Amino acid sequence: MGLEYYLILSALLFTTGVIGVLIRRNAIIIFMCIELMLNAANLAFVAISRHLGETTGQVFVFFVMTVAAAEVAIGLAIIVSVFKHRQTVNVDEVNSLKG
Amino acid sequence: MEFTLKTFIFYGFALLTVASALVVVTVRNIVHAAFSLMVTLFGVAGLYVFLQADFLAATQVIVYVGGILVLILFGVMMTSGRLEMRLHIERGQLLLGGVISAALLMLLLTIIANTPKWKNLSDDGEQLEPTTRRIGELILNGQFLLPFEVVSVLLLVALIGAALISRKEVRD
Repeated sequence: MGLEYYLILSALLFTTGVIGVLIRRNAIIIFMCIELMLNAANLAFVAISRHLGETTGQVFVFFVMTVAAAEVAIGLAIIVSVFKHRQTVNVDEVNSLKG
Repeated sequence: MEFTLKTFIFYGFALLTVASALVVVTVRNIVHAAFSLMVTLFGVAGLYVFLQADFLAATQVIVYVGGILVLILFGVMMTSGRLEMRLHIERGQLLLGGVISAALLMLLLTIIANTPKWKNLSDDGEQLEPTTRRIGELILNGQFLLPFEVVSVLLLVALIGAALISRKEVRD
């Protein structure tokens, strides 16, 4: 099982996340798709770390997971408070900052 | 490449991961999307085990499935209410997003294909060496100590901020 299989899988996963961010309009689904992209990047990190025989890549994955947790906590708090004000989480309708 | 049990399981996990990721992107019911994301995260954890990253596989299950996914489910429950559990996708966005994503995928695959000499990762004779010790040494023996502390403060700030943003407004 060569490294390229993992990288291709990671590319597929990342692209799936990009599709989701581009076509879905629900803020929470967009969140899940961002998690997909972070996971794809993590998978590539771990695969290449194994390829090089080092553990440094895995430490980076650790940090990425922490940032993902922080991002989800803040993001969901913002989404919930937007929902309280506007009764919607559709990103096309939350556009009052648009010029 | 001979078709061993190992490759069979790898393809199983790969298929599970990508298929459930596609379900996350396409399904209309947002709760189904969240549960499908759980399958994706478990699949990625399985792939970590394949890559001999045992500690990360456990962390993936605990942090993503146990923490982040539960948070997302809370978000779903608090925001979908009565009106939009089901969502539609606009055709124009589907077309444009599909084209852009296909271009991105082609770019990534071209880069992967044009990089020569990937080593074969399945060294069957190799013993599984636990990575917990090495990760701990890397973090605590100095090399990643500062990023580790910075990230812990970041997490604390994020949690306090989240509590502050989502609390009830106090009028004085």
